[in-house]
Amino acid sequence: MILPAVGFLVGLVLGTYSPVIIPAVYAKFFSVAFLSTLDSVFGGLKAASADKFDNAVFISGFFVNALLAAFLVYVGDRLGIDLYYAVLLVFGFRIFKNMAVLRRYVLKKQP
Amino acid sequence: MRLKDIKQGSVSIACVCMVLGFMLAVQFRTTETMKAGVRYQRAEELADRLIETEKERDNLKKELENLRQTGEGDMGKENEKLRLKAALTPLVGEGVIVRMDDSGKKSKPGENPNLYVIHDDDLLRVINELRAAGAEAVAVNGQRLIGTSEIRCAGPTVSVNNVRSAAPFEICAIGKKDTLENALKMRGGVAETLNVWGIALDITADDNVYIPPYKGVWRNEYARQTTETDGKKEITK
Repeated sequence: MILPAVGFLVGLVLGTYSPVIIPAVYAKFFSVAFLSTLDSVFGGLKAASADKFDNAVFISGFFVNALLAAFLVYVGDRLGIDLYYAVLLVFGFRIFKNMAVLRRYVLKKQP
Repeated sequence: MRLKDIKQGSVSIACVCMVLGFMLAVQFRTTETMKAGVRYQRAEELADRLIETEKERDNLKKELENLRQTGEGDMGKENEKLRLKAALTPLVGEGVIVRMDDSGKKSKPGENPNLYVIHDDDLLRVINELRAAGAEAVAVNGQRLIGTSEIRCAGPTVSVNNVRSAAPFEICAIGKKDTLENALKMRGGVAETLNVWGIALDITADDNVYIPPYKGVWRNEYARQTTETDGKKEITK
């Protein structure tokens, strides 16, 4: 659990000092990408807690989810339909579900 | 097994966590700069424009001054006479100084408090009276009145020659001082009328009333010179 935390901190530092700024036009894409990353983290932790972690599944899930989400947002933008909400809803739902599983796991396994 | 005992795939999760942290920080910074940026940029832009306009104004003022000076040398006496008539020269002579201030009286309940404040028409009445009594030059709060001068309420201030000023008003007029003073103080005249509302006219006769020159610009966009006709509509090109 230390390694992910360290990774998170490194990411924070990198983001703070990098000169990248996201234009407001890409706010939707960014929010979706952010959610998909968060979802991957929780999904990975959940799988690892159940000893079912598979690296290939995890990495492929991360990228495929992110790409699909971006695609949906793009198409929704083009068609004028807010498919973006579908992505937000699914990811949000999954994050909470995974969080709940993790929570149970932590509470149950506490000696 | 606790949460911190999870060993499986911690490298992959760490990588994704890093991406997460990166995005979080970037997004945070973006919103921060956007919030601060817009207002700051706008203010800076406006300040720049103000400085630019002020520079332009100063340059134009200098140019005007130069042109006036070169014009002075050319024509000599005739020019001087015209300048006098165009109110471009400061004048001094006997006349009166009239000071007006808003009323000290409190308006009674139900009465319009506007009646106790000096308005453009109060000033106009006084100036009209002065002109009728033969004033040769009139200035309101240092603004020389010429043919195109306006006297007009502009919010709580009065605008003369497009320069705003507030009460108290000081009207300087050059002319025969006794006539001017009496014209204002005449029974049923301006001073008496305004006194009803508590607006007192403080009239001082003086042998050396100073009147500044006209400092504004002339508008000349629509008027064209033409030959004199006997009032019929006739357009010469």
